[in-house]
Amino acid sequence: MIGYIGKRMLSVIPIIFVATLVMFALIHISPVDPAEAYLTAAHIYPTEEVLEQKRHEFGLDQPLLTQYLHMVGRMATLDFGTSYLTNQPVWTEVAARLPATVELALWSMLFAAVVSIPLGIAAAVYRNSWIDMLSRCISYLGASMPQFWLGYLLIFFFSVKLDWLPVEGRGTWQNLVLPVITLSLVLIAVYTRLLRTSVLEQMQQTYVQYARVRGLRERMIMLKHVLRMSMMPLISGMGINLGKLLTGTIIVEQVFSWPGFGRYFVDAIFNRDIPVIQCYVFFAACLFILCNLLVDLVQLYMDPRISSKGRAEH
Amino acid sequence: MIHTWRSAFRGQYAILICSIIIALFFIVALLAPWIAPHSPIKVDLLQKLKGPSMDHWLGTDHLGRDNLTRVLYGARISLGFATMIFLSSLLIGILVGSVSGYIGGWVDSILMRLCEGIMAFPNLVLVLGIVGIFGPGLMQVLLALMLVQWVYYARICRNMVVSLKERHFIAAARISGSSSWKIIRRHIIPNVQRPIIVIGTLEMGWAIMDISALSFLGLGVQPPNAEWGAMIHEGTSYIRSHPELMIYPGILILIVVITFNILGEALSERYGVTRR
Repeated sequence: MIGYIGKRMLSVIPIIFVATLVMFALIHISPVDPAEAYLTAAHIYPTEEVLEQKRHEFGLDQPLLTQYLHMVGRMATLDFGTSYLTNQPVWTEVAARLPATVELALWSMLFAAVVSIPLGIAAAVYRNSWIDMLSRCISYLGASMPQFWLGYLLIFFFSVKLDWLPVEGRGTWQNLVLPVITLSLVLIAVYTRLLRTSVLEQMQQTYVQYARVRGLRERMIMLKHVLRMSMMPLISGMGINLGKLLTGTIIVEQVFSWPGFGRYFVDAIFNRDIPVIQCYVFFAACLFILCNLLVDLVQLYMDPRISSKGRAEH
Repeated sequence: MIHTWRSAFRGQYAILICSIIIALFFIVALLAPWIAPHSPIKVDLLQKLKGPSMDHWLGTDHLGRDNLTRVLYGARISLGFATMIFLSSLLIGILVGSVSGYIGGWVDSILMRLCEGIMAFPNLVLVLGIVGIFGPGLMQVLLALMLVQWVYYARICRNMVVSLKERHFIAAARISGSSSWKIIRRHIIPNVQRPIIVIGTLEMGWAIMDISALSFLGLGVQPPNAEWGAMIHEGTSYIRSHPELMIYPGILILIVVITFNILGEALSERYGVTRR
């Protein structure tokens, strides 16, 4: 088991290595000269002399390998350089905006779990009933509705028509309601379907029949046995769907003017603020990789059989 | 009642109905210049923000352009570019996947590590990063989506090739003198058709959503071109007085994407393909 954990943790290293390579390659394939992008963002006229000086400052005149190693070295210490636009260290600016994004993401995950766990179980237990149909409709809607559109629809109904909730901003719980609903619908869609499928699968297992034969009540079987096993795909689903959550925060922060990391990233794209773009992309990749690792370890904890048969099937 | 509804969502009916809807959208997209009643970009400020009338069935927008026309032209961009992304990423994916699986060895491991590296990024984040580095614009968005999507086809193809490579009929084909290219074309591609159809169908839906999301952010299709995401973005300025401006294009995105999703799921059930 220790061996499995160690192996799984080591497997992260080559992926992160390739991810840094992909990012490094992107910046060097790009037709945009970082020195020129810097000068444009800082509103300095790019004469040949200034360009040369900036290129030297960014280390662009050094061999590629040196540049790459330099980049990796800096990233390892959370040094993403200074923003072209504000001349502040990127990481300080990100750290100031990160709590807002984390707040939004955590509340959305919590809300998604609170809605989808009962809904998924009910859809499986009362298979083919109206509640199953409802969960099916929600999952199709969640998967097919553009988030920015949903956000504006909610603004239209609850802020413009009914005037119940604020349109934008952050601070009170009222500000959280609409962004959280917008962001969690897609998660609810995925989690509900995952849970429904896995509960149905578990209910076919022999241990459930045995529990029934022993005369346990249906409710006990459900809560004590089936649910525990059914949560496994849901947990791995959370890891896999982290990407949805991240891109969701970018869109939702834009719609509701939420002062988070995602909005900062979009602003950086418009201004060609390459250090900020680099920081976000790298951060997202690391988060994605680490969450999948964490998910595997949680699964291992819940079902130690995995270490002998390899990664859980899902 | 519920039971018939369920079966309508699955199986033959779903495939048939969804295919018809998608075919209709493609026909509309192709014929937009002939069936649309007005010009999609001609500004007529005297006619701005008018309600539905005989001349403008869905009213006009803030620049007096006909909403129906713009929505029809929007289908052209969304479906057209989604198809382009699908075909090009499929082509790259099949090429890389087959070569990787067929040659094997270090070529295979380098290409597959590259795929894993790309998959380490959440899709849209990498797309946004590429657009950020290369600059906004539809071509950059297309390129970025293509660069991200080929990976999935490459992996399916590669795994299929690896499992087929040792089978007797491939060995027989090779002994009888077929070239590698011919083996890929005649034996490998027909075998990967089903999973590719399923993933391709679902990918069309994602591509349409991604294009509209990027255009909404202002990074994809630039005004005055009619694209659904960009139209929603323009419509949000008039959310208080004319919410219909953002509602029409949104409904169309929803219908198209939901149709692709239902079709993809029905096909995957029918072909017995498990999705990633």
